[in-house]
Amino acid sequence: MEVAIIKYNAGNIYSVDYALKRLGITPVVTADPEILQKADRVIFPGVGEASTTMKYLKERKMDELICNLKQPVLGVCLGMQLMCKHSQENDTDCLGIFDAQVKRFISQKQEEKVPHMGWNTLMEVKEGLFSPALENQYVYFVHSYYVPVNAFTAATTDYIQPFSAALHKDNFYATQFHPEKSGDIGEQILTNFLKL
Amino acid sequence: MLAKRIIPCLDIKDGKTVKGINFVNFRDAGDPVELGAQYSRAGADELVYLDITASHEGRKTFTELVKKVAAHISIPFTVGGGINELKDVDRLLSAGADKVSINSAALRRPELIEEIAKNFGSQVCVVAIDANFENENWLCYLHGGRIPTEKNLFDWAAEAEKRGAGEILFTSMTHDGVKDGYAHTALATLADSLHIPIIASGGAGKKQHFRDAFLEGKADAALAASVFHFGEIGIPELKEYLRKEGVNVRI
Repeated sequence: MEVAIIKYNAGNIYSVDYALKRLGITPVVTADPEILQKADRVIFPGVGEASTTMKYLKERKMDELICNLKQPVLGVCLGMQLMCKHSQENDTDCLGIFDAQVKRFISQKQEEKVPHMGWNTLMEVKEGLFSPALENQYVYFVHSYYVPVNAFTAATTDYIQPFSAALHKDNFYATQFHPEKSGDIGEQILTNFLKL
Repeated sequence: MLAKRIIPCLDIKDGKTVKGINFVNFRDAGDPVELGAQYSRAGADELVYLDITASHEGRKTFTELVKKVAAHISIPFTVGGGINELKDVDRLLSAGADKVSINSAALRRPELIEEIAKNFGSQVCVVAIDANFENENWLCYLHGGRIPTEKNLFDWAAEAEKRGAGEILFTSMTHDGVKDGYAHTALATLADSLHIPIIASGGAGKKQHFRDAFLEGKADAALAASVFHFGEIGIPELKEYLRKEGVNVRI
């Protein structure tokens, strides 16, 4: 199986590469449109800031490329946020695959720190990639912006308020958490994605 | 619900794990990658690898170690020690570290925090503070606790947050190595005044000390080294205990 990881100006791309290698898959990390279109699976990872990464993708016409992918695509963290319509982070128009907004966490109590950092549980997990067996399992999050619960929400997590831990629409899947850093549960989710 | 984190810390010298007793003497405690993998299997939530080597050769060895850790371990890890400029941060993040911990370099040149936050995001920037309680004041120290500064713990932590730190790792030199509990009064003051997560460090000897760091000290995470390395406290039994005490942990 050919798995391609989209290479762009975001951080943490190689941790997904390492995670797949632990599962016995050697992915290709690339920005080459042809390789990305032909791959069996595409992963869109990333840690970083919305406006500079969107600008980078647009300048290289990678935005259209990503929106038109037909195979299963998995966005992770910033990848998921960029797949939404708009982000409050520097008022950025994003890819619009999911008709959803990305908002900044606003702490309501002193103990609610931002970023939301650490292990939190999955709830209301839907069928498919994010199977109900994952209900109440812990996964690792690091983020200051979130996607509210919407029509595409495939799992929720509660921090300050319930938000989208995962999204799904057609061949597009996305997680706000980092499956590549979520131990055995994360590996299970990546395996599920490879088996789709 | 967001879980409180348990973080074993591995001090690395020339590619091997050591642990300081009051920052001075060292005892050997094993292979860093294997030890990290064991902690991950036991339920550690994150790992910290601290490079205490001073030489240039040692730095290269450490970067190679970071690559091995990233390849083998599926939980987040922070690296620290000897980070002086953006170039060091880039090298360690490129090797696969999730976060970097900066200490003396930030005290000497606080702008480094802003530079890291701007280039890599606040979430990768852990500001580590070594402070000692003396003359009714928490005083920050440089160089692993060897050189005192003029700065007060709470002022410096607030400044670090303002400049873009993602977390504060507070080590109480007064409590470190003594195994008589964390500095929970100072921890609670930090937790009540800052808006970023606080990692407690220095003083763990018993399971109850972790409970106190979370419930009295309001810390978001607790770091320890020797109690884990020498098998004095197992992470699974620690987490069972914490859950019974009403602390939300990942089991």
